[in-house]
Amino acid sequence: MNMDIMTGAEAVVESLRREGVEIVFGYPGGAVLPLYDVLYDSDIRHILVRHEQGAAHAADGYARATGKVGVCIATSGPGATNLVTGIATAYMDSVPIVALTGQVPRTLIGNDAFQEADICGITMPITKHNYLVKDEQELPRIMKEAFYIASTGRPGPVLIDLPKDVQTEELEFCYPEEVVMRGYKPRVKGNEQQIKRAALAILESERPVIYAGGGVIISNASEELRMLAEKIMAPVTASLMGTGAFPDEHPLSLGMLGMHGTRYANYAIQQSDLIIAIGTRFDDRATGKVDAFAPEAKIIHIDVDPAEIGKNVRVDIPIVGDCKQVLQSLLKYIDRACNSEVWLKRVEEWKREYPLTYTYSESVIKPQYVVEEIYRACKDAIIVTEVGQNQMWARQFFRYKDPRTFISSGGLGTMGYGFPASIGAKLGRPDKVVFDIAGDGSFLMNSQELATAVSNDVPVIVAILNNGYLGMVRQWQELFFCRRYSHTCLKGSVDFVKLAESYGALGLRAERPSEVRGVIEEALKANMPTVIDFICDPEENVMPMVPAGAAINEFVEVRNKSENKLLVGAVA
Amino acid sequence: MRYTLAVLVENKPGVLARVAGLFARRGYNIDSLAVGITDNPEISRMTIVVRGDEKVIEQVIKQLNKLVDVIKISMLSESESVERSLALFKVSADSKTRPTIMQIVDIFRAKIIDVGSKSLIIEITGDEDKINAMERLLRSYGILEVCRTGKIAMNRGLKSVSYEK
Repeated sequence: MNMDIMTGAEAVVESLRREGVEIVFGYPGGAVLPLYDVLYDSDIRHILVRHEQGAAHAADGYARATGKVGVCIATSGPGATNLVTGIATAYMDSVPIVALTGQVPRTLIGNDAFQEADICGITMPITKHNYLVKDEQELPRIMKEAFYIASTGRPGPVLIDLPKDVQTEELEFCYPEEVVMRGYKPRVKGNEQQIKRAALAILESERPVIYAGGGVIISNASEELRMLAEKIMAPVTASLMGTGAFPDEHPLSLGMLGMHGTRYANYAIQQSDLIIAIGTRFDDRATGKVDAFAPEAKIIHIDVDPAEIGKNVRVDIPIVGDCKQVLQSLLKYIDRACNSEVWLKRVEEWKREYPLTYTYSESVIKPQYVVEEIYRACKDAIIVTEVGQNQMWARQFFRYKDPRTFISSGGLGTMGYGFPASIGAKLGRPDKVVFDIAGDGSFLMNSQELATAVSNDVPVIVAILNNGYLGMVRQWQELFFCRRYSHTCLKGSVDFVKLAESYGALGLRAERPSEVRGVIEEALKANMPTVIDFICDPEENVMPMVPAGAAINEFVEVRNKSENKLLVGAVA
Repeated sequence: MRYTLAVLVENKPGVLARVAGLFARRGYNIDSLAVGITDNPEISRMTIVVRGDEKVIEQVIKQLNKLVDVIKISMLSESESVERSLALFKVSADSKTRPTIMQIVDIFRAKIIDVGSKSLIIEITGDEDKINAMERLLRSYGILEVCRTGKIAMNRGLKSVSYEK
């Protein structure tokens, strides 16, 4: 162990180096001046964003694309509070990030000093843990703990608040090799008895469905998931966060379940006799009406977070542990397929009868068509999304095959997430083409990050599905509020091509379906930050759709748009 | 239903706020909460009385366990544990009423800890029912002020809530 005398700020940067951090996203200010002074000479790459929210989302996108911990930095007060939405986004989707914030000097804390905000108090409910560093000697331990907490168990954001004078005081730097926390011991190995019970239930079932979530991706368990599905011959559906955990093109794949899931996934869930839920939390967007969810099924629930088990639905066989480890153990007890032949045939029929579809048009660009063309042009791309219709179409009409290739704010549903997250994803995976599939509403919420992309030469492609509306809200107004489009029309407000050009990015536009392929190819060739403005059908809806609060086999059926008749019915 | 939890936590600033914030955010109802240091100065013990059904209490325990500063949680059963809280009552008392009040204090094995010309302060320790009963009796004399602690509780016998490494 080497002991060096250094300042608090130097200790923070040295700790980042020890944790293998190569890149940080941030925005300087008064209370982080000492830290930025050290970063100036450091080999850690600092990406200067144009709004702190962008830093948090970029760190998040980086973390999701790479599996490493993302790091963001902001100053005290408004800098720190601007991180809040990004931290909450990461918290809801279990993304490991460490946020470093400046704070006023210790002597001023509590005095309502200039740019003082109680960021630890503010972020208490949206962080896995947070620290206000009151003694510089504790910095190495706190940094070590923060990275450990953020990245283990169920990952999540950790915030460290650094008073300015803590950054300038000297300490003896000794980086701990191990973390000792009596209150934090995540359980990774599942209970063997429970795993045996699960195996028995699986082998007895005739209508099994695997329901995979983001936890499969986080624990790198996609391979084990595929092995399980193929071994027991069970169809696999995934939550939005589970996109990419199982290949969409796999014959056993059902795509996404829930509100905008496929009909066949929802029908399968509702008629299943066994749900094998892996790394998922039964979110209301996935389950619909909980009391009517999978009424005939036993439920096996595998999750690393014990608090998720039994929170939303009744569980028959709970298994607490890391998805990968539990699946590996489970596979040992399974030597044959379930008796699922008849079931798979029925599922196959649903897939044939109710495919995801839309009506192509020669005259106006359908947003789904844009997504399909992006897929045709670049099947290996990382797709980042904003939130709303663009997000659902990006999920439905791109065919994902690998984990960490679909990056989206699922839990919090943060508009403005996608673009900064795509910058983080591209910096983490420079070998990949990265698209941000956006809406005209969402993109404007963090479009200032064009400056970040251009000045750091980060060639992401923003594909705006521009319908001139806050599309998803408009869709709900159409279906549930008698087409009264209260404040959802954005038409004509921005020229996105000029906006891109003003930042030094490439701006492209497509107004007819025949131009779509061309602009995508042009953007790919340009290999620079690019915004493509796809002028789309203004009133296209995301279908299928289950209304909020209904069972997931009760789909909205819009029979006649002009009469605006809304029918909700259960089928199959 | 009411449940009593004994929670060992790190004795650090902000821990109470984390616990209280968790209850507020998730809509759990706290009936009472008492905190004090343990024989290990690094560890505090909270006694929390929660109201809810079995499902709620299960979530309360699981969510509390997720807090990094929470070390251990035990549920104490009513029959297997002893519980106490303490109350101070300031009661109007003149030379006429003082003797009868003192009789009540005796019967309850309470204590008079301050005597003024027109008032008394009574200290009583016991379970909730006992304290409530005393309060009812004192009401007719005129209660001027009440101050009650949250409940603390401990398992009977050898079984103990402690932290082993």
